[in-house]
Amino acid sequence: MSSAKPKVAFYWCASCGGCEESIVDLAEDILKVVAAVDIVFWPVALDFKKKDVEAMADGSIAVSFINGAVRLSEQEEMAKLLRRKSQLVVAHGSCSHLGGIPGLGNFWNKETIFRRAYETTPSTDNPKKVVPLEKTVVDGKELTLPRFYDTVYALDQVIDVDYYLPGCAPPRDLILNAVSAILEGKLPPKGAVLSPNKSLCDDCDRNESKPDKLTIKEIKRPWEVMLDPEKCFLAQGVICMGPATRTGCGERCIEANMPCRGCFGPTDQVYDQGAKFLSALASIMETKDEKEMDKIVQSIVDPAGTFYRFSLPTSILARKRMEAIK
Amino acid sequence: MSNGQFEPRLVGFLCNWCSYTGADLAGTARMIYAPNVRIIRVMCSGRVDPQFVLKAFKEGADGVLISGCHPGDCHYQEGNYKALRRYKLLSKMLEQFGIEKERFRLEWVSAAEGIKFQAVCNEFTEQIRKLGPLNIGPNGGKHE
Repeated sequence: MSSAKPKVAFYWCASCGGCEESIVDLAEDILKVVAAVDIVFWPVALDFKKKDVEAMADGSIAVSFINGAVRLSEQEEMAKLLRRKSQLVVAHGSCSHLGGIPGLGNFWNKETIFRRAYETTPSTDNPKKVVPLEKTVVDGKELTLPRFYDTVYALDQVIDVDYYLPGCAPPRDLILNAVSAILEGKLPPKGAVLSPNKSLCDDCDRNESKPDKLTIKEIKRPWEVMLDPEKCFLAQGVICMGPATRTGCGERCIEANMPCRGCFGPTDQVYDQGAKFLSALASIMETKDEKEMDKIVQSIVDPAGTFYRFSLPTSILARKRMEAIK
Repeated sequence: MSNGQFEPRLVGFLCNWCSYTGADLAGTARMIYAPNVRIIRVMCSGRVDPQFVLKAFKEGADGVLISGCHPGDCHYQEGNYKALRRYKLLSKMLEQFGIEKERFRLEWVSAAEGIKFQAVCNEFTEQIRKLGPLNIGPNGGKHE
């Protein structure tokens, strides 16, 4: 291995593996990346261990790409270790950037999640109610497991993060742009989200189909309507997070005739993606009649889960109130 | 805490044209009412971004009041209808976060309704006093 090449590490925390896939999906371009850097740690693909990272000098890794939210003490420990060893840390993908889908766990806590997962799901057969413990003694030997937190965290709630690569998973061109910006030293100011700072609607092909005054009389879920492949989703009464979501994704969902779910998170001007979308949606409800308003509001089955699908841990409230969880 | 009882901390977003003037009337008329509502004047109830409400709760408010002109009386024609729609949707969402409906209130108070403003403040304070502190605090999103 040549020591002149910058060292790069990849790590995953609470994630599905899709972000790892996004790196493999660079296809032939990954060869260019591999030619330009030394990958020193990548548990999903290469056989380097934690002790190998511990043995490296602090700051010796040029950049660590960390995907996934932080849910376990082990993930926190690894994130902190990589932070110490790296000059730059990039939060790779929605979970690491905003909390992502695992972040929806913040509507519960450890106790209720364990009860559901190990006791009450229909497929669970666990009469002794065995749950994972941090310490277990088997034949006089102590076994340990990482601690499971009540709350899921985005990466920057646990360590200092330099850049964010948004998306579930981040698209190829954004990853390549980020890698080449790092290699060429042409980096934006610290803390930047590496995608254009405007809303998805700005780039959306369906923007022109949007009426001058966009209004909604009834909210429908995507399976309840035959979706017009050309028309603005909101104009069809279907919730689309586009107005409150950052662009740069290449409209993969829109092109598959599915509305935006908000995985890129908000633009820099917005503090709380869900609240901002709630505001926009309530504004375009076309009624002044209280009963009709109630009907429309009722038709939105799960507002919190819909508006904060990817961003709950980094939202203003961040989680459900602990004392309200039963 | 006075007399050891829980004093709710309430935030009120009042519109400039009706409700703030109504509150002003209550004050100049020397009406006595619960001092728990910290008033923030906004130009219109329709200007109240749901982010303001969440931030108030996050930073320690036990209850949040939005008050605007009566329907049909909005200085900007429809701002209060917008506030009402947001209020309904936000109330539903706040319950999912474990924040009771009673902690978030919308009231129409005109510039002439000092007496109504007095009653709203008293009622709201008592209601939240019964519910107790919200206890989410500014540390909710920090590491445990």
